[in-house]
Amino acid sequence: MTTLLDVRDVSKRFTMGGLLSHKVVEAVSDANLSLNVGTPEIFTIIGESGSGKTTLARMILGLELPTSGEISFRGKTVSHRVSRQERLDFMANVQPVFQNPFEAFNPLKRIDRYLEATAARFLKLKQRDDLDAAMDGALQKVGLSLAEVRGRYPHEMSGGQLQRAAIARALIPNPPLLVADEPVSMVDASLRMSIVNLLKSLRDDLGVSVIYITHDLATAYYISNRLIIMQRGRIVEMGDARTVLDNPEHPYSRLLKASVLSTEDAGDGKLGTDPGMVKLAGELVGKAGRLVDRPDGRMVRVY
Amino acid sequence: MTLENNAEILKVENLRAYYQMNYFGVSREVRAVDDITVTMRKNEVYGIAGESSSGKTSFIKVLAAAIRPPLKVVSGTAKYSFSTGPIDVAHASPAEIEAVRWKHLSYIMQGSMSVLNPVRRIGRTFQDFAQRPLGLKDKAFEDRVVAHLARLKLPPDVLRAYPHELSGGMRQRVTIGLATVCHPEFIIADEPTTALDVVVQKEVLGLIRDIQKEMGASVVFVTHDMSVHANVADRVGIIYAGRLVEEGPTREMFFAPKHPYTAHLVASLPRIGDTQQRPALEGRPPNLADPPQGCRFHPRCPLAVDICKKEVPPMEVVGPDHRTACWRWKDVEPLVNVAKPAGVMA
Repeated sequence: MTTLLDVRDVSKRFTMGGLLSHKVVEAVSDANLSLNVGTPEIFTIIGESGSGKTTLARMILGLELPTSGEISFRGKTVSHRVSRQERLDFMANVQPVFQNPFEAFNPLKRIDRYLEATAARFLKLKQRDDLDAAMDGALQKVGLSLAEVRGRYPHEMSGGQLQRAAIARALIPNPPLLVADEPVSMVDASLRMSIVNLLKSLRDDLGVSVIYITHDLATAYYISNRLIIMQRGRIVEMGDARTVLDNPEHPYSRLLKASVLSTEDAGDGKLGTDPGMVKLAGELVGKAGRLVDRPDGRMVRVY
Repeated sequence: MTLENNAEILKVENLRAYYQMNYFGVSREVRAVDDITVTMRKNEVYGIAGESSSGKTSFIKVLAAAIRPPLKVVSGTAKYSFSTGPIDVAHASPAEIEAVRWKHLSYIMQGSMSVLNPVRRIGRTFQDFAQRPLGLKDKAFEDRVVAHLARLKLPPDVLRAYPHELSGGMRQRVTIGLATVCHPEFIIADEPTTALDVVVQKEVLGLIRDIQKEMGASVVFVTHDMSVHANVADRVGIIYAGRLVEEGPTREMFFAPKHPYTAHLVASLPRIGDTQQRPALEGRPPNLADPPQGCRFHPRCPLAVDICKKEVPPMEVVGPDHRTACWRWKDVEPLVNVAKPAGVMA
């Protein structure tokens, strides 16, 4: 089985402050993960803000350079020494979907302009008919049509529709991999499920792998195949989504699961989090430890 | 735990508030709040759910007595019964509102980053907000604030910090502190936890609940996240396109909803340990400048029949403390298996 994406020992350090007094923040340390070509999957990265999940995604997209380690796509290094042509080829294969669709689109630019530019650049299409066919094809995949979108500005559409249009734009070059950074956190409750179901059908029907970044454990459980849980830049638990979330082992994973608001006891107003749990998870920040394999296929960081 | 017999603190009757604009001879009217009638009781947490552009923020603006043009109250009243006397905030004079604001009626705002002035220390912000309503000076004022912050598990040092020096959770606790330092009788919380992480969110929600119980205040809790309502609210009201479509005790709303929109909101919450397919609601929220005829939910409603397209459904009482505005409420069933009720129904 060949690998689609391989992230090996990747770290990212940011330096904050001036020349004389600065401090180094390790945003991501020694992250390892790989996705295979033959099996499309939804791979979820879970973590709170400051856990390095977005930095990791930005490195995968090539928007940040890793301080150390290497990211390769289909066996070719994409993180270092990349020519412009190689970069464009990579961009045609890995496409981003961002958090807030209202910020991802320029409010003064029509939505079909974005779709058209993407089609012209990555598919090298020039004829009007070809462009329209490519745009319409991508929009059909997300449950919209070109007739609905043509000539409209971002403010004329609802958040859910706009996020679908953003996903359609990402699908135009037929990429095998999408990187979706919190795609549902800014979308209304009644529309959220339609986006999540869309990601699921992209995997099942079109064979697109998705790296899904979120802090919402419930949707992660609902759609993902495998997941990693990150705490302050370190991967603390990794494995099959159902195995890990049904029975999390690392203290931080357990704390996250305990913090999910359940609807089972609706109306009872139980809101206590065990302070011991918070303390235990907090103490582990900054300790190196190492990832060990467990018999059920997951990896857990032990200290 | 029943609050049915508690005295009323707020009574909203047939409230209509529209945005009326008239630019260059073209007038436009957006019916953001359309005929909402609701009562809130003392010592109760009332949750308001609704998506963006459903009019919930406009409704909150009226309740908070922050009615500024182009928003205008067209008809109806919003009457508070505070310990100092009743006041109808929809028609009160600025001086009357000034007398109750912050002291009796306060507000926890959304987005703690943009609420706190970034170039003022937290202590100065507290002076700005609370010194006048409290009527205390210097040392006495500071002691009062420090004691209050301790209750929110904040050290006194935060008074000398700037907002950027605090974490997101601490900032949100500071805004809760600001809103509660005067021991108001009525607190409006507008999406206080939307930008927070799961762990911090739970902590902040617990804090709001604790302080509400301790002070015996009433809270209106606005968020579109139904799982938050499940854990915080005593009663939940659902607003769709400017109208209240259903209200009832939280437990009833989750396990026996009587409006198709509520049933959808509840059913679309995924849960850990359950992977069954969740239905998504198609369509988009209506444009309030040109709302559909009849029941405003009918274009997206799976149960819609002819009457829904023509006539507005009246608010019907369907159970103790439970009202809904739907022609076919008898046919509404919980979608998928919405979590089983834990324990015995009280």
